[in-house]
Amino acid sequence: MMNLLLLAIILAFSLSSYFFGRSEARKLITGNIKLNALPAYYGYFLALWCGLPALIIFGGWSLFESTIIKTLILSDFSNIQSRDLFYERTLSFFNGNFSGEITNEIKVASERYAYLNNLAHNSKIALVASAIIASVVFAYKKIKNNNKARDDVEKILKVLLFTSSLVAILTTLGIIASLLFESIKFFSTINIFDFLFGTSWSPQRAFVRDASTISPEEYLELKDAFGSVPLFAGTAFIALIAMCVAVPIGLFAGIYLAEYASTSVRKYSKPIIEILAGIPTVVYGFFAALTVGPFFRSLGESLGLTVSSESALAAGLIMGIMIIPYISSLSDDIINSVPQSLREGSYAIGATKSETIKKVVIPAALPGIIGSILLAVSRAIGETMIVVMAAGLAANLTINPLESTTTITTQIVMILVGDQEFDSPKTQAAFALGLTLFIATLFLNYIALRVVKKYREKYD
Amino acid sequence: MTKEERLKKRYNSEKRFKFYGILSVSLAMIFVLVLIQNIVSKGSSAFSRTTIEVDVIYDANLLEIEGPITKEALNNAEFYDLSVESILKIFPSQNAKEERQVLRLFSPDFEYEVKRVLSKKPNKINDIVPIRLTASDDVDQLNKGNFPRDLPEDRRRVSNFQLNIYDNLVEQDKIGKKFNDYFFTKGDSRDPELAGIGGSLMGSFFTIVICLILSFPIAIMASIYLEEFAPKNKITDFIEININNLAAVPSIVYGLLGLGILLSVMEFPRSTPLVAGITLSLMTLPRIIIPCRASLKAVPPSIREAALSVGASKFQTVFHHVVPLAMPGTLSGTIIGLAQALGETAPLILIGMVAFVVDIPGTPVDPSASLPVQVFLWSEQAERGFVEKTSATIMMLLGFLIVMNFIAVYLRQKFEKKWN
Repeated sequence: MMNLLLLAIILAFSLSSYFFGRSEARKLITGNIKLNALPAYYGYFLALWCGLPALIIFGGWSLFESTIIKTLILSDFSNIQSRDLFYERTLSFFNGNFSGEITNEIKVASERYAYLNNLAHNSKIALVASAIIASVVFAYKKIKNNNKARDDVEKILKVLLFTSSLVAILTTLGIIASLLFESIKFFSTINIFDFLFGTSWSPQRAFVRDASTISPEEYLELKDAFGSVPLFAGTAFIALIAMCVAVPIGLFAGIYLAEYASTSVRKYSKPIIEILAGIPTVVYGFFAALTVGPFFRSLGESLGLTVSSESALAAGLIMGIMIIPYISSLSDDIINSVPQSLREGSYAIGATKSETIKKVVIPAALPGIIGSILLAVSRAIGETMIVVMAAGLAANLTINPLESTTTITTQIVMILVGDQEFDSPKTQAAFALGLTLFIATLFLNYIALRVVKKYREKYD
Repeated sequence: MTKEERLKKRYNSEKRFKFYGILSVSLAMIFVLVLIQNIVSKGSSAFSRTTIEVDVIYDANLLEIEGPITKEALNNAEFYDLSVESILKIFPSQNAKEERQVLRLFSPDFEYEVKRVLSKKPNKINDIVPIRLTASDDVDQLNKGNFPRDLPEDRRRVSNFQLNIYDNLVEQDKIGKKFNDYFFTKGDSRDPELAGIGGSLMGSFFTIVICLILSFPIAIMASIYLEEFAPKNKITDFIEININNLAAVPSIVYGLLGLGILLSVMEFPRSTPLVAGITLSLMTLPRIIIPCRASLKAVPPSIREAALSVGASKFQTVFHHVVPLAMPGTLSGTIIGLAQALGETAPLILIGMVAFVVDIPGTPVDPSASLPVQVFLWSEQAERGFVEKTSATIMMLLGFLIVMNFIAVYLRQKFEKKWN
């Protein structure tokens, strides 16, 4: 609440300094002195100087305030076990909704929290206020000297624009940092090769309190909990089933829309197919889990087969349907960009339309089509909700599509849903799986983009 | 093989090839129809709820009010005994077990429903007031025809005794249907008949607003920089590669980012729309930047040259001419990006939005669910009533997505200038 108020005050100051700067600039026009820019730019100049430093300080402070206070408080209580829990208790005691045994430490910590919190708030206000005053004075002096306000404003804006484009890099760094940080901790407990090549996955068996004191026997058991080959196999298997559905249907649909369909058919059927890509994946998951899974099960029963109600087939089929538009739209575009002269050459020697497509258009478009299929594969292995809801939880190493298998994404969700303990290898394993997934999709996308790009250069 | 036969064979294969194409397109369209039909047929019944009319005897003695009966006293009074008394009158029951079965025909909230009506009518004291109380999930599903009645009793959720009462009530015309306002106004609940999407609607709303506030300005500024100002150098290339890669990173990885950085390092409050909005805005950012850049690129250079030639600075050119002309494209790209964010589930599960939240969140820092997460949560529930609730939630979600996409298409078609 106080933060919002402070934010509003900063913005209000900034707005009023716009008008102040503009009017001050107008006052400069006396006799034959001309302004170096339109008066409004002096307003912008002052407003930017008033708002930006204050906002940066405010934002940075707010981001790190709670972490710093927590570290400070916990550093006073070095002998306390389960520190996070202790801190939670202190906070709820401070907020007056703590029910439980109130220890002396909690009281002391809570007093310290009140003190630090108060200090932090006051110094934040003081810092923001002094930032506003200092920068306004600085900018005001410049205005008085009739600076080139437009150039200065544009310089600031350019820095702002550049900074916002850096957010993409920051996001990538954040992803890599968060994945690597936990993964490295995980790999210091579990050997990376045991993780990558182990064939038994059952993280619920892993109860390790202290990762630094694992005996060799315990490690052998632990190793068996975190062998991720069944997950890789399951992911690849479900993706394969999905591609068996999506590639033929998507490719033929793309070819038909690009080569055969009349404009009116194209106009209506293309958006309808693309609806499939716009439906949230949780909807597909619901459909797969409640309609398709049971349907396959009863179908299998009537044929005398045992079909798991969480079969890989149901999840893969629905995932394939979801992926159809990715393949059809991309291959449609790529086929359209094959030069007409190639087709005409083929027609001229008497080939039928399908022969032209099979022998001329598809080979010419092949790199692009492969690129689109690779992109679709990377969608399939990163897809989460369908497999969480429709595929199984137990890690089976199987190639029977009627049995249930599990995937990387399913296991990440299963491990991290609910409360997590950040120190257990189980939680860290989820991040290691995430890292594997991230690298795999990045690799696929990289190849796909390279292939597509190479192909484009050929005909442009 | 003669020439004619060969030709016929070639023409046949041509026909087959074309048929495969038509088959694929129709298959894809059939999937769309089946999916939507399946959801609508399961979900449309959730918009009404079954009620049982009970003649409530407004007996002031059962309220245990000391002193005069004022509105305030009624507001504080317990209506449980009074409600139970009246409900048990709908059918004679022999013992306590049967009484419990009678009460179980109603939703656990019957006391509050009675109170809501009666506390406003102090003048009706000692009268009989007919009130339509919400039926329990079992009666609701029975009335909607979702429970087969011819199963043996031990495999049914409704006992023979309850079926008997139900038939009796139908004969007396006491069973009715009502528009299900609970579905829109209430938060989550363990009882399907009382569960609503009010909480998750608000959660989704806050999430999307935060996502919009964060991602739209940053995306536009980043695309302006990359399209109009960026020098051709290594840094620019690196930023572009990053954006393209981020657009293809699976959404669950953003969930791990939110969990690893926002929740555990920066200590943001768990399960809140604030964290969800920040996480989703990081995810949508590259997905918005790409269409924004495309629409900036689509503005012809002649516009820029004209502005520059009359003495506008580079910034004036961009902000006074290029950006306004590209606005329809950027806006529709943003709306489509937000629509994707609205349907996203996996990252929200990782940042803890799967908590069971009964209260409707009032601010973005209250724990809450969101629409797609609600779908996920309810689809795990065993009760038949949740299937229809889940489908109805999906219908609402799809409705929002359709509206958003429609606005995006409209903006583009209505306002975007065609340059050739």
